[in-house]
Parts: sequence; C-alpha cells; structure tokens
Amino acid sequence: MVTFTLNGTERTFNGDPDTPLLWVIRDFEKLTGTKYGCGIAQCGACTIHLDGMPRRSCVTPISMIEGSDVVTIEGISGKEAEAIKTAWAAIDVPQCGYCQSGQIMSAVALLQMVPKPTDDDINSAMTGNICRCATYHRIRAAIHAAANSMEG
Amino acid sequence: MAIQDIDITRRGFIAGSGLVIGIAMAPKLLKAAPTGVPAGGGPELVPMNTFVKIGTDDTVTILSKHIEMGQGPFTGLATLVAEEMDADWSQMRAVHAPADNDLYANLAYGIQGTGGSTSIANSFDQIRIAGATARAMLIAAAAKEWQVPVSEITIKKGRIRHAATGKESGFGAFAERAALQNPPAEPKLKAPEDFILIGTDLPKLDTRSKIDGTAVFTLDVMPDNALIAVVAHPEHCGATVKHFDDGEARKVQGVVDVKQVASGIAVYADNTFAGLKGRDALHIEWDLSGAETRSSEEIAADYVRHFDEPGIVATNNGNVDGAFDAPGVQTVEAEIIFPFLAHAPMESLDAVFVMAPDGSLDIYTGAQFPAMDRQVAAEILGMQQSQVRLNTQMTGGAFGRKAQFGSPYMQEAAAVYAASGGSRPLKHMWTREDDIRGGFYRPMYAHKLRGAINQKGEITAWEQIIVGQSILGKVDLDETSVEGASNLPYAIPNLKVTSHNVELVVPPLWWRSVGHTHTGFAVETFVDELLVKIGRDPVEGRLGLLSGRPRHTGVLRKAAEMADWGSAVPEGRARGVAVVESFHSYVAQVVEVSVDPEGIPRVHKVWCAVDCGLAINPNVIKAQMEGGIGYGLGAVLFDAVTLGTGGKIVQSNFHDYRSIRINEMPEVAVEIIKSSERPTGVGEPGVPPIGPAVANAWRSLTGTPVRQLPIVNIV
Repeated sequence: MVTFTLNGTERTFNGDPDTPLLWVIRDFEKLTGTKYGCGIAQCGACTIHLDGMPRRSCVTPISMIEGSDVVTIEGISGKEAEAIKTAWAAIDVPQCGYCQSGQIMSAVALLQMVPKPTDDDINSAMTGNICRCATYHRIRAAIHAAANSMEG
Repeated sequence: MAIQDIDITRRGFIAGSGLVIGIAMAPKLLKAAPTGVPAGGGPELVPMNTFVKIGTDDTVTILSKHIEMGQGPFTGLATLVAEEMDADWSQMRAVHAPADNDLYANLAYGIQGTGGSTSIANSFDQIRIAGATARAMLIAAAAKEWQVPVSEITIKKGRIRHAATGKESGFGAFAERAALQNPPAEPKLKAPEDFILIGTDLPKLDTRSKIDGTAVFTLDVMPDNALIAVVAHPEHCGATVKHFDDGEARKVQGVVDVKQVASGIAVYADNTFAGLKGRDALHIEWDLSGAETRSSEEIAADYVRHFDEPGIVATNNGNVDGAFDAPGVQTVEAEIIFPFLAHAPMESLDAVFVMAPDGSLDIYTGAQFPAMDRQVAAEILGMQQSQVRLNTQMTGGAFGRKAQFGSPYMQEAAAVYAASGGSRPLKHMWTREDDIRGGFYRPMYAHKLRGAINQKGEITAWEQIIVGQSILGKVDLDETSVEGASNLPYAIPNLKVTSHNVELVVPPLWWRSVGHTHTGFAVETFVDELLVKIGRDPVEGRLGLLSGRPRHTGVLRKAAEMADWGSAVPEGRARGVAVVESFHSYVAQVVEVSVDPEGIPRVHKVWCAVDCGLAINPNVIKAQMEGGIGYGLGAVLFDAVTLGTGGKIVQSNFHDYRSIRINEMPEVAVEIIKSSERPTGVGEPGVPPIGPAVANAWRSLTGTPVRQLPIVNIV
C-alpha cells in the first residue's frame, strides 16, 4: 500500500505498485485534468508537482511516491499559479487545450523557482512540454506577462 | 457514401452553394433530443431552433455543428449568433450539436463534418439566420407580453427594451414564450456597418476550462465500472494476426479478457495500466502477406520511375514542349521527395461506449465526421442509428486525423466494444505508439519540376509531375494531389501539371492543408529558384507574375512591408518568402533564418499576412496562423514516418517522431488584411507557406536547395 497526499488530501493506493502515478490520478482518483500524451516522458502532458517539483507522472511508479505530496492542475494554487492562469486567460493561450494542464504546471514551477525568467529560462523549463497546436508563442508571452504581474 | 462522391476541398464548395441554408424549427422535438451534454443541474435551456438555445438564466447556448479542436468554432460561431441577437458576449456558451447529417450538414460538402477550413465559411449565413430568428422571436414574445408594437422594441447587449414604457428584460424571462412564436420567414441580417462584435477580439469561450483542467475530452469521460480496452496493432501497415498467445497477458492483475478483432488483439482491463501491461505481455505472430513490405526508400525509387510515364493531365495550357524546345531556352529542373507524415494530435484516438438501461447507446468521441461515426458504429453493433447517440467531445487536436470516410477508427472501437459483450461501459484508447504507427498518413509524394527560361530572361514554361497516393482513392484525377499546382497563380504562358496515382497498402489521409502540404512547398521553392536564376528579387519577381491576383498580391506586399523586405539582414542570417492560397484564404510569410548548432535552420522570426475575407475573430485568426506556422515548421524540419527495410514502421513516439518544441518556435507577427469579402477558413492556410519560406531562406543562406524533407535528415 502506498500513502501519499493528493492536492492536500491523504490518499492510499493498493493496486499494482508499478502503476504510473498518471493512471492512479486519472483512473483511481478520477482527476482528469492531468493528461496522457506519450507515456514515456516525452511530451509533458502529464506534468504534476511532486514535493514541489515538476514531474512527468506517466513514468513515475506509484511505489516511488510513498509519503510524497502530489499537486495536480486541479489543486495548484498560490501567487505564481494565479499569475499564470490570469496571463493564460488574458492571452488566450490554449487551442485544443489538451496539453495545457501540463504546460501550466511546468510554467508555475518555473515561476516558483525563477520569478523573472529570461527566454532561455523559459526554454529550459518548457522544452519538455509539447504542444501540437504550437501555442508556444503565446506560452512564452504569458509566462513573461505573469512574471511582470508579480513584480512589486 | 462513396469516397469518390466527395471532394472536400473543391467540388463540395460548388455543390454547397446549391444547398439550402436552412435552419429547422422544431423546438419541442429538439427539446427531447440528446444534446451531447451530460445531464446535470443548471438552468433549463429552451431551444429556439437547431442552433440556438436560450437559458432561463439569460445565457445563449449555440449548438456547434463543428467540432472544437482548437481552431475556434465555438467562439467563431457564437460570435455570429451573438452579433445577430445583440447578445452580450458574457451570455454566450457553446456545446457540440448532436450527430445528425440532416440538421447539421456542412454546407460545403453535404454531410456533418469539420474539415477543409470550412466551419465559418459554410456557417456564415446559416448561423446568423439562426441568431436573427431567435432575436425576432424574443422580440415578438416581448411585444405580445408588453402589448407594444414589435417595431418599438430594441435589444442591446442582451437586454430587451421598450423605451416609451420603460419596460426591460433579459432573454431568459422570455425564452419559453419566444420558442412558441412563429419564426420570421426571412429574418433580416445585419449590414456589415452595424457589426458590433464581429471583427473584435473576444475572449475564447473554451479558454477557461482549458486552464483549470475542467475541460472534458473523450479520454476524460469516466463512466463507473468501465473497462479500458487497448488493441495490439502490427508494426507493418496491412499485417494481420497469424497466431497469438495471451497466456501471460491474462495473468496480469486487472486484465479481464483478451479477444481478437479485425485490426489486432484487444485487451480488456479494469484500468489503463493493466490494459497496457497486458498488451505488452501478448505474444503475437503477424501475417505479412498483405502488408506493405517495401521501405520508404524503395517506395520513393518506385515513385520517381513514374516521371517518365504519361500521367493524368490536370492542366495543360499553351505549348509546354514547344517552349522547352525553343532555341536558346535554359531548362531548370528539380525533384523533391516528401515523406509520410503522422498527424500526432496530442489526444490520440479514443471513444467511450455506455449502454443505457433502455438498450440505447451513448458514444463519446472527438469526431470530425460524427454522423458517419454513428452510422458505422450502429452497423457494427447491429443497432438502429436512432438507438445510438454520438456525443461529440472537445478533442485534443486532430489536424485531419479524426475525419475519415468509412470511419476506420470507429470500426475498430465499435468492434472492440461488440466483442466485449457490452456488459460494462468501455473506453477504447490508442496510445501514442498506435497513433504514430497507425497509418492514415499524409502520403509520400514525389514532384518533378521543369522550368524554361528564354533568352530574354522570362519564365516561359512550367512543367510539374506529381506522384503519390490519391487521398480520395481515385483512379482518375484527384484534385487534392494537384491543388495549388494545377491552378498555379503565376502568369507563365505554358503550364502543364500531371499526376500519377500510386497504390500502396499504407492508408492515406488528409493532413492539415491536404495537397498544399506538398504542392505549396514544390511551387514556392521552385518559383523562387527560377526568379533568382533570372536575377529577380523573390518578392518583386512574384509580384511581377501575379498581375490580376489582387489577394495574393495584397498579402505578399503586406508581409514584405512587415518584414521591411530588402533591408539589411543580420550577419549569418537570410530571409525567404512564400505565398499560398489554400481553402480560399491567402497567406504570405517572410522568415528570417540562420544555421543552428545542430546544423539545421533556426527560424528567428516569421512575418505573416493573411487575407481570409471578413475577419470574424482576429484573435482566433492570429492564433491559427501562429499555430499553423509551428505545425508546418515542425513537419518540414523534423517529421517523417519512415518504413524501414521490410516495411516496418521505424518511428513510434515523440522521441523519434520529433515535434517542434518551444525553443524551436520562432517569434511570429501576424497582420490581417481588411476585407469585405465573405469569410473563409484559417485552420489550415497558415501551414503551407512556412516550409517553402524556410527552404528559400536556407537556399539563400547556404546555397543548398531543399529537395527532400524533413530538412533534419539531409543536412
């Protein structure tokens, strides 16, 4: 049995310990904002925060997260998250929207670590998140806008 | 419907003009009909007609006959309705219409469908009529209630008013009574000078739910007690199961059953991971007797052999042979090979089946052709279509992948559900590997181009031979193979375009911008080479050949102006340009390129001008240009599905089917040409120019023309 915290609530999982966190979140916890895109940590659609760090849940076996704190798009909060969501809406970033939970989770983690990221910082933090609609142009603009909005 | 009966890009447009742009008025009937929205709380929505419902809470919900896959029909169609109803934007909502070819046909091609960049173009009159009708019915109901003349009632920002008596109401209070009014025979549509919302930047209706994780895609439909089904597919197109051993698979905790279906071996499980683990544990021997066993290289070699054979003539103007044979003529030649391309939408193919207690069936899927999917599912399940509700879901991209005549994906999904016995709800999903190896690619094409330059330095002849699969499965001319070339916009007196339809086992499919994915590249790189050869500037030279083409000229001039074409370019960089008309929209792009450390083009900036007629939502148009540029750029730089020795598909996931990423995305500037022409599409037309613009810049920078895609494979 694995015990972990999901969006602030203690949860347990009794199934196959190899089960990736992604499928625990989706199939067992019925939180569907975290997406499947590739299953091999190539696209970032499944990005969650594990103990405050962005992580690809599709390659994270549930057995590895005993005692950990998991936050998904449904539970993300704080000033960085608010700034990112506000900027995302103002700039109308999403197209199909399927990758956006993962993009936002990566972007929030970036701002938590680097409050005023450069374009290179954005490239480093966001290169793992694929958007087939190629909303990258607006993602970059929204991260800068969010960073600017948090100043002062 | 036979595939041959439909030409999504051209014939449909002509046929469409003769179809009735009607809206059905059957509120009571509609009220009982399924809407595709899971039942739940909330205000009652009263149908005014097939496209508009008014909520008792004053909301206006449009029923979008087009799927929202990121290209913006929810917002675009709602804008048109809001405009005619004089609604406030904050009132507007959008849901998918039910699957119904009669009520919700795409007027461009006669069945319900999203594709060919037609959503706004074919709905422009129809859905405005629906909005204007609803408005007239609201006014009629208010006039009756308030005992005042209809002519004295106004609506502004969603408020119904009678100035003289001071009476005022929202829409909701009159929804029920409005639905009972007689609809006007000919509702009056607004004149363009009276537009309030059209042409402005409105927040997209689907943005919020895509930011907080609440947007529901097919994969997110989670019926209680559902089985998850995945199918083991072959690594060769056309292979079938010869023998399989499911002993190990059945031992996996959570695996419920294993069944053979036509396309492979289906594993049924209590959860997704168990299904995937079970699938990995299968031992399958595949029968390759009907499979494609040639490599891409061998296929390309077969393609180019057709260059010397007579083809199907698409265009033959003037005397091409005579022009090449004229004395002193210089001939320029190019051969270009295009690879198979997977669409690779973020959300792979998926569908959910839920049997209702009365034996009817709900299917949830992201369908570009929903009524066709419903028909196919009903046939496979032995049900009446009336017993099957196909609930279109928002979908995580499609790019053409979810629009298939005969619905081969739904054939598999429905067969998997049928084989399960139907005792539990079922979610069928494709993994990324299924998607990349699943066929239905943008076909491989080979182009041979010849240009004649006379002694005066004029381009006197253009010959183009195009070899590839017919996407529409035709034996005669497939317009989608030659579109953009057979109607070459450049004034070259002798023009001959021929095509060869090649049959492969690999199933073909349209891919965002269809034939223009390759004809745009071939035409725009070759004309650029010819212009440079005769000493002309790529922009001025094109303009010189585009007399009588004001919309091509307009976007080309605009993009050149935006880029300050002709100004100094930083050391180590070069610029390229391309202009392509596709789906009746015109797009020109100028790019600035250098060589990145990987040795491939690094695109720094794209200046893009688009003329899509009347701009409904400038913000959506710009987003589609940005996205089209990224999608097209990723493909020309990185993408190919390759058949290796023996025909095995080499790529399987994003590690080897490389998608463009944020660090590779250029800065993009978009300007929209002001126009009063009818609106045309933007979902696809941003794609075709980017490839040739980059290749032209690359040739200018390095001296090397791009003769084979993707570029990463040849540098």
